[in-house]
Amino acid sequence: MENKKTVLVIGAGPAGISAAKSLANDNISVTVLEKEDTFGGNINNWAKLFPNFKDAGEVKSSLIQNFVNNQNIKIVYNKKVTELKKHNQKWIANTSDGEVFESDAAILSTGFKVFDAQYKEELGYGIYPNVITSVEFEKMYKNGKILTVQGSVPKKIAFLNCVGSRDEKVGNHYCSRICCIAAVKQAIEFKELYPQSEAFIFYMDIRMAGQFYEELYRKSQEKHGVVYIRGRISETSSTIDKKVQIKAEDTLAATPLRMTVDMLVLMIGVEASKSTTILSKQNNIDGPYGFAKSKDIHTADNYSNENGLFLAGSCKRPLTLTETIADGKSAAISVVEYLKQTK
Amino acid sequence: MNYNPFIIPFTTGAIILFAIIIYKFIAWYRKLDKKQRFYLRKNILTFKSIEAIKESFLEALIHRNIYKKNLLLGYMHMSLAFGWFLLIIFGKIEASLHAQTLFEEPWLAIFFRYFVRDEHKFFMSEIFPPLMDFLLLVILSGVLLAWLKRFSSSLLGMKKTTRHSKFDKIALASLWWIFPLRLLSESSTAALTGNGSFLTGTVGNLMAVLNLQYFEIYFWWAYSICLFAFFVSLPFSRYMHIPTEVVFIFLKKWGATAGEEYSGYTDFQLNACSRCGICIDVCQMNFAANIQNVQSVYFIRDTRYKHLKDETANNCLMCGRCVEACPVGLELTVIRQQLRNKKEIAGKHYYDYTKPQEADKKYDIVYFAGCMTHLTPSIIISMKKIFEEAGINYWFMDENKGTCCGRPMRQQGFIQQSKDLISINQKLINSSGAKTLVTSCPICYKSFKEEYVLDIEIKHHSEFINELIENNKIKIQNSQKSIVYHDPCELGRGSGIYEEPRNILAKVGNLKSSEFEKQNSLCCGGSLSNAIIELEDQIKIRNHALENLTACNPDILATACPLCKKTFVHGNKAKVMDIAEIIAENISLQNQSSKHKEKNKIKTKIEL
Repeated sequence: MENKKTVLVIGAGPAGISAAKSLANDNISVTVLEKEDTFGGNINNWAKLFPNFKDAGEVKSSLIQNFVNNQNIKIVYNKKVTELKKHNQKWIANTSDGEVFESDAAILSTGFKVFDAQYKEELGYGIYPNVITSVEFEKMYKNGKILTVQGSVPKKIAFLNCVGSRDEKVGNHYCSRICCIAAVKQAIEFKELYPQSEAFIFYMDIRMAGQFYEELYRKSQEKHGVVYIRGRISETSSTIDKKVQIKAEDTLAATPLRMTVDMLVLMIGVEASKSTTILSKQNNIDGPYGFAKSKDIHTADNYSNENGLFLAGSCKRPLTLTETIADGKSAAISVVEYLKQTK
Repeated sequence: MNYNPFIIPFTTGAIILFAIIIYKFIAWYRKLDKKQRFYLRKNILTFKSIEAIKESFLEALIHRNIYKKNLLLGYMHMSLAFGWFLLIIFGKIEASLHAQTLFEEPWLAIFFRYFVRDEHKFFMSEIFPPLMDFLLLVILSGVLLAWLKRFSSSLLGMKKTTRHSKFDKIALASLWWIFPLRLLSESSTAALTGNGSFLTGTVGNLMAVLNLQYFEIYFWWAYSICLFAFFVSLPFSRYMHIPTEVVFIFLKKWGATAGEEYSGYTDFQLNACSRCGICIDVCQMNFAANIQNVQSVYFIRDTRYKHLKDETANNCLMCGRCVEACPVGLELTVIRQQLRNKKEIAGKHYYDYTKPQEADKKYDIVYFAGCMTHLTPSIIISMKKIFEEAGINYWFMDENKGTCCGRPMRQQGFIQQSKDLISINQKLINSSGAKTLVTSCPICYKSFKEEYVLDIEIKHHSEFINELIENNKIKIQNSQKSIVYHDPCELGRGSGIYEEPRNILAKVGNLKSSEFEKQNSLCCGGSLSNAIIELEDQIKIRNHALENLTACNPDILATACPLCKKTFVHGNKAKVMDIAEIIAENISLQNQSSKHKEKNKIKTKIEL
């Protein structure tokens, strides 16, 4: 046990969990620091996962096998890392409650946060109660019902893509990658619950770049009759009966369009989490939009420019869950390589 | 006749100068539009001409406006302009008195000391030498300051000074040397004849020590050649502003304004710019985003020399800070608008697809939220609450099928499109029979006031709410929160509304002041008039403005423009609210009916 190497993993989301497990497997002593009182990160927000509608809880259960009761893994909850610094070849993490953790290497798996839709005031989130976010849709769906604030089944629902992504006005030029397919998934879920209702998806481009995505997109139209409208919603207002009135442009028909729906779901984009931004800035590995920057996107994607500090998951850029889990393992391999070199 | 060949350069230069100026003025006069000519004819024989003389004196000679910016800079301009003016006037009087005719040789006044070498006494002859010496000394002190300004502009209160064209450099160099050479010429003559006074006499004595007085004729030649160079380059350089500014002041006083199209009046304005560069220092593009070569001085210069680039015309927020600062009073933003004019398809109707719905009945008040307000729905909700609380019979004109007021199009130079939109809205507004039009957007407000033909009172919601409070139509409570108010460009500088918003805010909170207020307020950076600015630069301008506005850490940053609100919200610096929202939040409901309570409940966001 004497010469056992230690690694700090910051964030117990899918990337952190998968990295910690792999490291523990290599008989490395891992300390996972999690700011919440539970593990799982953003996976806890999801009910079912694209593209196969697998229950997110099930995926989480299999992910945490050998994680929670692993003798090589120590999980510390409610520890928000405020400072991460290298000192004498050691990585020192200070937490908000004044505790200090030390290790031979550190993995940043601080993940993402969702875009705050209130910034786009014109979409009425926080103003009109029947305008909700995709995360809130998931929570409702978990409880088995999608209901308006009045308690009725929406006869018409609209999903709006690219809220906080690919939007120069909010300063996010990039594509969040997961929202298009999530909208397709949620629209299908909605139609399966309420086949009599109508579902519309407003989009700029439908980006179905993943296995089975395109098939799902097709199915949503052929089997469920989801209607796709190419155009962004420019503004919303409320009718007297609390419905949401949408003004948009149908760019394929080249005409302005108005529509009244019972509920509007904003597919909010992915942004770097606060911890991601703060900790990567401290170590000069901050990339665009507050994400962390890897050493080389092709060949050293889990390395950072700081020796001994590694990156796993969506702290680097928006990733799907599938990619995140794989990236956690990949980060673990890089850490092992590094620890061998430093003996 | 008093003649020496060295007068030839001066005389030739003067003839060329006057010929070109007269030619140019006639050409521009012929390009004036009908309205401008109408005002000219109407007011030329009124007291407005007297006012113009007064203003020409104050601005073109004394440079009152430059004094406001910086004392030394003002003195520099005044000493050169007014000093030289007096030198010419008194020189002419002296020459005429000596010659005992008003029609002496035209160059006599200029080279008087050379030709009148003896001490011939004539009426009041003894007062001229010291007076002329004093004026020369004043001018020379101005030249010295001009040299220093080139060397270090900050000495005269300028952060940046204009970069010059070829003609400017020739004119500037000759201008710098005219007066030192005049001093040397007159002093050398004084050394030989003793006709100098305290300055030329003394310098002459000094020159005599080095026997320089024998170069007398060469100094006079150099002086004359310098005058020639200045005169010939003047019409093509920035110094064309000297004669043009006076004409511009007269036209302005007579009532001319720059219209939508480029006209002769535009030419007068382009040439009246002295390129002093004061507009560079006040431009946020310069000091907040470090964007150069687009400021009004460069825009005017490039337009005048006909090598205007699209970037220069379009990369401008049209915030009007330079208009406020311009010592000449040029209509810089309007001229920019003229030059932006895209060539539209004549006779085409661009908005046939809009199907405006006229008012279904008669109303007291029309409310026009405006496109930008539709992007900030909390302002609309607040306005509805205020209208209802005040018990007003109003028509929300653009609630469902709104049409743009047309101003953003106009600012981009799309005049025909703008006119189409205006005619649609005018019809709608008239259909309501209302006496008052209230809008929440300063851009629409300015448009309604200046570009529409409406027989209706137009109010921005800050004016309207202020009246409601003064007339006790609504009651508000003081939240005790600290508030800083940001003046939107189009409402403040654009429309002169400064007091009403402050009046309201002082009643609902603790109104604090900030560094850039009222006429000097900053643009939020989100201006619709600039369609080409890079996002990063826009953010720099926004953050700089936010930093200054929130320096005292207010609870609320208040504004009266939906666009400013949207822009500042993204800056994440403070809670940003429109005046209407602040009032709606602090309204004491007099008729608190169950209907109102229910309404408030709806607004509470659902917890999921």
